[in-house]
Amino acid sequence: MNRCVLILVLLTGWPLLAQAEWSGSFSLEGLGFSEHGNEAIQEDQAFSLAISPEYYREWRQGDMSLTFRPFYRYDATDDERTHFDIRELTWQMVADRWELRLGVRKVFWGVTESVHLVDIINQTDLVENPDGEQKLGQAMANFAWIGDWGTLDLFLLPGFRERSFPGEEGRLRSSPRVLAHAARYESDEEEQHIDWAVRYSHSLGIWDLALSHFRGTSRDPLFVPHEYENVDLAAYYAQIYQTGLELQAAIGGWLLKTEAVYRNGPQTEAYSSLVSGFEYTFGNVGGTGLDVGVLTEYIYDQRGTAADTPYSRDIFAGTRLALNDVAATEVLIGAVVDTGGGGTFFNLEAERRFRNGWKLSLENRVFTGTSHGDPLHPFRDEDHARLVLKRFF
Amino acid sequence: MRKINVLFALGLLIPFTVAANPEEKGRGVAEEAKQRDIGFHDYSASMEMILKNRHGQVSTRLLRNRTLEREDDGDRLLILFDEPRDVKGTAFLAFSHRVGQDDQWLYLPALKRVKRISSNNKSGPFMGSEFAYEDLTSAEVEKYTYRYLREETLNGTTSHVIERIPVDPKSGYKRQEVWYDQEAYRMQKVVFYDRKGDLLKTLTYSGYQKYLETYWRADHMLMVNHQTGKTTELKWQDYSFQTGLSERDFDRNSLKRAR
Repeated sequence: MNRCVLILVLLTGWPLLAQAEWSGSFSLEGLGFSEHGNEAIQEDQAFSLAISPEYYREWRQGDMSLTFRPFYRYDATDDERTHFDIRELTWQMVADRWELRLGVRKVFWGVTESVHLVDIINQTDLVENPDGEQKLGQAMANFAWIGDWGTLDLFLLPGFRERSFPGEEGRLRSSPRVLAHAARYESDEEEQHIDWAVRYSHSLGIWDLALSHFRGTSRDPLFVPHEYENVDLAAYYAQIYQTGLELQAAIGGWLLKTEAVYRNGPQTEAYSSLVSGFEYTFGNVGGTGLDVGVLTEYIYDQRGTAADTPYSRDIFAGTRLALNDVAATEVLIGAVVDTGGGGTFFNLEAERRFRNGWKLSLENRVFTGTSHGDPLHPFRDEDHARLVLKRFF
Repeated sequence: MRKINVLFALGLLIPFTVAANPEEKGRGVAEEAKQRDIGFHDYSASMEMILKNRHGQVSTRLLRNRTLEREDDGDRLLILFDEPRDVKGTAFLAFSHRVGQDDQWLYLPALKRVKRISSNNKSGPFMGSEFAYEDLTSAEVEKYTYRYLREETLNGTTSHVIERIPVDPKSGYKRQEVWYDQEAYRMQKVVFYDRKGDLLKTLTYSGYQKYLETYWRADHMLMVNHQTGKTTELKWQDYSFQTGLSERDFDRNSLKRAR
């Protein structure tokens, strides 16, 4: 009888399953540090694995769709790094003049490479990678109005996400550490505060431009002593208003990029920050297929050394090598140098595919020349290499 | 149908009444080929790309291709990547322009980021294949200068052989030789010469099929790199024309959600 029911379910359910699509990735990661951490309890090597499947289903030739992408990482030593997140759970409707998306998503804003000043919709999943490029899923209603004049996006953002921080045994953290789940807020509504944002974007020939405004809980925390455990820190999230500009021009082999931000708030003193630079590509060098990109960006923060970011008067210089071979080998080498005589942050990222659907990537990060008071100084012993083996399915 | 024939006849007349010198005659052939393809509006197709190195090692890519015809400018092209799995969801969008550089963007799904690509990348290999980006994007008539070379019999049919020289100094080619059959003005073969003028690649088309009783598309393309011994085969499938695609399916919003 049970078998009959199962067969019946499979037969009736098959058309539904057949229209759906599963994909995703599974990865193994090894992380090694050249020196011991600030505290004896901190690990020197770390092993972890992560899985991120994606379910996709569409109706009406793709005009309506559902995407579900959970994420789970298990870390052998750091409890805070072992975590689950819904990266995406979105229902989407597309029409000729508009698009509507409801659910949890990731949205990226920006054009520059060294820092992402304008990008504000999603919270950083800091335990994933100190580069801040990994984000937590953000609940939202997003309506996009689209015309010949460009795209106007409206975002309603309920449910604030706290930034993730490494645990006691984890590395790449401050000492004293930031306690997880102990956040404090400027708003009485705390994480229930509903944020909103609006963004206008347009492409006109060689130009890409966008203007945005955000009102709500800052994604960047300040740090305050923890209420009870005074040895630890707690994250404090202020209310802010942020206006952002993104501008990019493609002229021959040049990409000229600028992002600027003006931010203030009830308790936040107004300031501006800017990142501006270029990327020049030497394409197909000597007919070998190699693309060499040269990148330079200047990062400015009006607050100077009082800024909550390590980059306030810094120059980023780097090169991107794309072999354009069968393995899609790519290498990015860069450094951010503090023009005020502070420290330098070196970054190397390399990756290549092997077989069909495997990828090996390496990251090497080095912090040098920092002095007391430099926001990068606590990371002086955190030089590390990260090796990731990823299987796509 | 009769109307179309009349248009074709007119199309034939225009280039050849003025084709006095080799330059004009060569351009006339390219214009005639373009003229015969006008009005397709849009088409989509899937393609299997088979890369082979000189040791016979094979790797495969699966892609889908959507093209939108533009009356007043170059065509728009969207390429969706399905395999290898690590690039699944990546999408490439190109706006060809008859004059000046093309606009190109790449969508990176892991970062949810649309990145503009500078036009210097056009001569590089597409996904490690023997096809360059510029071989896949729309070859507008205005992107080359021409010279009529000769008439030649290729695979039993008489062909026009013309030389075309890229206008863009960033092109990876000094010149190309193109064989069009005289019957339907379909590209049969292209020989590419690198920047130094040396023989680089040969592209051959086969398995032409007619869609909507008008538009010819090849089922099969083979690119052979004579300098490296590598080859890339393109197998086209599921061609469908006038599927109702519009400019909205070729904008930066669509790039992020194209499947």
